Amino acid sequence: MASTIIDAQFVDYLLIFIYFAVVLGIGLLARRQISDSLDFFLSGRSLPAWVTGLAFISANLGAVEIMGMSANGAQFGIPTVHYFWIGAIPAMLFLGVVMMPFYYGSKVRSVPEFMFKRFGTGAHLVNAISFAVAQLLIAGINLFLLGSIIHALLGWPLWVALIVAAAIVLSYITLGGLSAAIYNEVLQFFVIVAALLPLTLIGLHRIGGWDGLKDGITSAADAHPDTIAPAADQLNSWPGTALTGFSSDFWSVVGIVFGLGFVLSFGYWTTNFVEVQRAMASNSISSARKTPIIGSYPKMFVPFITILPGMIAAVLVTEIADVKAGETVAGGASGEGVTYNDSLLYLMRDVLPNGLLGVAIAGLLAAFMAGMAANVSAFNTVWSYDLWQRYVVKDRGDQYYLVVGRIATVAAVIIAIFTAGLASNYSNVMNYLQTLFGFFNAPLFATFIVGMFWKRMTPTAGWVGLVAGTLAAVLVGVASEDALGSLSQGWIGISGQGASFVAAGAAFVVDVVLSVVVSGFTRPKPVEELRGLVYSETPREDLVDPEEASRPWYQRTLPLAGIALVMVIILNVIF
Amino acid sequence: MPRTQHTAGAFDIRNIIGGLIGLYGIILVLMGIFGDKELDKTGGVNANLWAGLVMLVIGIAFLTWARLRPVRVPEHPESGERDAG
Repeated sequence: MASTIIDAQFVDYLLIFIYFAVVLGIGLLARRQISDSLDFFLSGRSLPAWVTGLAFISANLGAVEIMGMSANGAQFGIPTVHYFWIGAIPAMLFLGVVMMPFYYGSKVRSVPEFMFKRFGTGAHLVNAISFAVAQLLIAGINLFLLGSIIHALLGWPLWVALIVAAAIVLSYITLGGLSAAIYNEVLQFFVIVAALLPLTLIGLHRIGGWDGLKDGITSAADAHPDTIAPAADQLNSWPGTALTGFSSDFWSVVGIVFGLGFVLSFGYWTTNFVEVQRAMASNSISSARKTPIIGSYPKMFVPFITILPGMIAAVLVTEIADVKAGETVAGGASGEGVTYNDSLLYLMRDVLPNGLLGVAIAGLLAAFMAGMAANVSAFNTVWSYDLWQRYVVKDRGDQYYLVVGRIATVAAVIIAIFTAGLASNYSNVMNYLQTLFGFFNAPLFATFIVGMFWKRMTPTAGWVGLVAGTLAAVLVGVASEDALGSLSQGWIGISGQGASFVAAGAAFVVDVVLSVVVSGFTRPKPVEELRGLVYSETPREDLVDPEEASRPWYQRTLPLAGIALVMVIILNVIF
Repeated sequence: MPRTQHTAGAFDIRNIIGGLIGLYGIILVLMGIFGDKELDKTGGVNANLWAGLVMLVIGIAFLTWARLRPVRVPEHPESGERDAG
């Protein structure tokens, strides 16, 4: 075992084993409660808001988030918080306040199905297929990181670890459906906090507190001015030039606010079915609206247990500090050299005693499994309802589509094993993922928001906007220096996260412009078909829960959203 | 109320959270007292003990919450009895 990064002992394995026993137990318990396909896919719309709210952020708090954000923290420092405080939170609040009533009220079973009702077949097909493909890719990334943890822990070859990990995820989704996935996500949230909070606190203690961290980052930046961004850029969130790679402060701020904040994050959080599915599983329109809003409270503080330990690792852990100084270090979770993605693993090795180490490993495994399970369960819903039932085999019984869903789950896991291989070629997973978001999500948000508020927008404009927007993003990706790896040609001088922000912005603008232009030439849907889908055609009472006004303020949507907004503004001002 | 209801019992997510976090707490406290404290790694803090105690408290809090306000599963889902959420 000397060759593995982490030296686990009996007690650590015991803690991990307990976690897995509980996870599989949930699957078995949930199985007893499943009676029809709505139960399997949407948990029978019966869960309370705090459960779906935590699941909402847990579904996203997977491998990509934890490893990617700590990697970004190690590399760029504080500016990474923009993903949370400019990106996620405003978008989550917008979803809860403005968009959720349409999703929940129109009784659709998926986001693509909303697309179908509003725009018909063209836009629906584009959305359903691109979403399904993206989920398979992201499931692959989660699986890759899950496999690399097992590799780091047990020393198994990566491909063996991948297959074992995939088998475990598969068993718990097929057993319990969305209920089991959501229960595990909620549980996972607590285990992750139990894993990362002590890691952060002990790391901070070791390094001499916040001041020690600042000193460490400053001296590292001074020693290697050619490879490390200046300490001032790493310790202040604005203007974030280290993150975007833009030389101009002004354009960096514009890129973050418009590209990341408005387009990428709104696109991701408001139209991504992985997230919205959690809210759809809740028990009323009021709970559905509160789901992302309740989720936004813990989400605000996630940076402190993901980005901060990444920053600590870059100072405290020799290997990561060397990588940051531009050296190549052998080792790493994948066995092919240390990368920023390994920051947390090395920090765990250096500061956690056996016992807490087991909790930390269980937490990471939990997060990666839950992330992958979320992708797979969203995939099988879209595949069964939106692709198979709508276009291939139409009028069969409920049990039939339940079986289709189970087969889709198995197929998705097998495909994810192959996409995991694809993911392993990218050193900074976040970069790769942001690129995908830009291609699929940015035009989607534009189409949704124009379609929800402009009844003249036509079905043709729906799919034309989506396709053109996606192509615009791909074009920017190809023209950039490195957004698409070796495919990029370097025609324009943007790279890294900045290139993703520009690609997203281009997709959004192209989508909106073309939607307006094409709507001018084609015929809109008759207004009577737009009730519940377009703001001006939907009676106000359809959009709110009549019981909500009688509840105390802390159970109502708007006051909760307002408080969250004030808190996130305060956080932005402090850092 | 003639309508029969049963509680969610073990399937109540709060019992599962409370049970797991509480059990982790107990194991960590035992490690903190009897195990290798590895103070060189943690910078002189008995990390297992303190983390274990905090987890134990959180675990008990969840179990208590579930005990005090149990989820009632209505016989007919449409009738919409809400839980303590």
